[in-house]
Amino acid sequence: MARITFIQNDGTERVVEAEPGMTVMEAAVKNAIAGIAAECGGACACATCHVYVDDAWREPTGSPEQMEEDMLDFAFDVRPSSRLSCQIKVSEALDGLVVRIPEKQF
Amino acid sequence: MSDKVISTDAVIVGAGPVGLFAVFELGLVDIKCHLVDILDRAGGQCTELYPEKPIYDIPGLTVVSGQELTDRLMDQIKPFGAEFHFNQRVESLERRDGGFRLVTDAGTVLDCKVLVIAAGGGSFTPKRPPLPGIEQYEGTSVFYSVRKMENFKDRDVLIVGGGDSALDWTLSLQPVAKSLTLLHRRAEFRAAPASVQKMLDLVDKGAMSFKLGQVTTLHGEGGRLSAVTVKGADGVTFEQPVEVLLPFFGLTMKLGPVADWGLNLEENLIPVDTAKFETSEKGIFAIGDINTYPGKLKLILSGFHEAALMAQQAHHYVYPDKKLIFQYTTSSSSLQKKLGVK
Ligand SMILES: Cc1cc2nc3c(=O)[nH]c(=O)nc-3n(C[C@H](O)[C@H](O)[C@H](O)COP(=O)(O)OP(=O)(O)OC[C@H]3O[C@@H](n4cnc5c(N)ncnc54)[C@H](O)[C@@H]3O)c2cc1C
Ligand code: FES
Repeated sequence: MARITFIQNDGTERVVEAEPGMTVMEAAVKNAIAGIAAECGGACACATCHVYVDDAWREPTGSPEQMEEDMLDFAFDVRPSSRLSCQIKVSEALDGLVVRIPEKQF
Repeated sequence: MSDKVISTDAVIVGAGPVGLFAVFELGLVDIKCHLVDILDRAGGQCTELYPEKPIYDIPGLTVVSGQELTDRLMDQIKPFGAEFHFNQRVESLERRDGGFRLVTDAGTVLDCKVLVIAAGGGSFTPKRPPLPGIEQYEGTSVFYSVRKMENFKDRDVLIVGGGDSALDWTLSLQPVAKSLTLLHRRAEFRAAPASVQKMLDLVDKGAMSFKLGQVTTLHGEGGRLSAVTVKGADGVTFEQPVEVLLPFFGLTMKLGPVADWGLNLEENLIPVDTAKFETSEKGIFAIGDINTYPGKLKLILSGFHEAALMAQQAHHYVYPDKKLIFQYTTSSSSLQKKLGVK
C-alpha cells in the first residue's frame, strides 16, 4: 500500500491508499478526487489528469517519457513539475507521495 | 459545401465503431447509409483516443488495437458502399413528412427515412483553454479552427500549440496574416518534422516569429483582442500584441447539437427501448455509448448487438410492405450476394 496526498488548488487535502501497480490517476478516480477527469481512461491521450508533483517527490516519480511530454502540450499551465497522473505507476517507493491538482484543467 | 439535397434511406450520426457496424447490419437488410462525423476519419474514440492500445474483449479477436478494429470494420462494410461525410458536424434535425432532414455545419443537407444516432460520448470538439473571459472573444478574435481565411487576413495572428494543427495552420496563414507568431511551451514539437522545418525556415527569413511560453491572460475590449500576457519558458512574463488567437490544445468530447434535437435525455444520454433501440420518437434510433437503458454497458460489443436489433426495426420504416425473413450469413445466398461473396 502507498499513501498518496492530493492537494487541491484551494489547499484542501485528501489522503488515499493506492495499490502498487495501479496509476496515480486510477487512485484519484477511484476516490473521486475532484479535478482529475481522465477522459481517455489512462491512454495518455487527453491530458485531463494533469498534476504537479511535489518537489520532494520529483526524483522518485521520474520524468515524463516522450509520449507523455507530447501530451502535456495539451495541458494548461504546464510547469517543470507537471506530470500526467495516468503515467505515474504506484509502488511502495511512492508511499507518502504528494501531488497538487492544477487550478484549472481543460 | 453543397446546397444540393442528398436523399438516402438512413443517416448515421457518428462514424465510431458502432456507427460503422450499423452500416453492416443495415446493409444486410438493404438499407443504404450516409455517415457524418466531425473527425477527419472513421473510428471515433478507438482511433482518436487509443489507436495503438489493445482491446481484449471483442469476441473472436484475442487482441486488437483501436486502429486495427476500425480498419477491419471499414473492410467488413465495404460491400455496402456507405458514403462518408467527414469534418462535418450535424447541427440540426428537422422532422418532415416520411422522414428527417439533417443539416451539417458545412452546409450538407441530408434527407432520410431513418436516423441512427451513434454519437458516442458526443462530438469531438476543440478544447477551450481555461483563460478567464475567453468566451467573449470567441468567433471574433479567438478561433479553434479555420473556416474563413478572411478572419486572418492582414491581422496580427498568434497560434498556440506544437502539434500538426498548430503547425499546418501556421504555414497556411503566414502568407495571409499581417504578422504571425507561433507560441509553444517547449522547443520540441509533436508535429511532422517537415512542417517544423518549414516553420523554422520562415523564422530564419524573418517572415514570422516563434516564441516559447504559455498564454496566461487575455487583454481586449468588446470582443476584440489586443494583447495576451505570456509566461515565457524562463518564467518571465511578457506582453504579445495580437488581434487573432488560434489555440490548439487537442479535442474533448461534448454532446453538442444532439442536445437540441428535442429528444428525451437522461444525463446527456438518450433513453431507448431494448427491443429496437429506438428513442421516444419513431424512426430515430440511438446505439452505442450515446444511449442508456437498464443494464447498459458502454462496450463496443453492446453497441454491435444494438445495431443488429435496430436494423430489424429500421427495415419496417424503409420497406413498410416487405416482410423481413431471418437469415444467417453462413447459409443465405441472398445475404452472401449482398456481401459480394463469390
Ligand atoms: C481509453 C479507452 C479504452 C477503451 N477500451 C475499451 C475496450 O477494451 N473494450 C470496449 O468494448 N470498449 C472500450 N472503450 C469504449 C469504446 O471505445 C466505446 O464504447 C466506443 O468507442 C463507443 O462507440 P460509438 O461508436 O458508440 O461512439 P464513439 O466511438 O464515441 O464515436 C462517436 C462519433 O460520433 C461523432 N459525433 C458525435 N456527435 C456528432 C455530430 N453532431 N456530428 C458529427 N459527428 C458527431 C464523434 O465525433 C465520434 O467520432 C474504451 C474507451 C476508451 C476511451
Ligand atoms: S487519463 Fe488521459 S492522459 Fe491521463
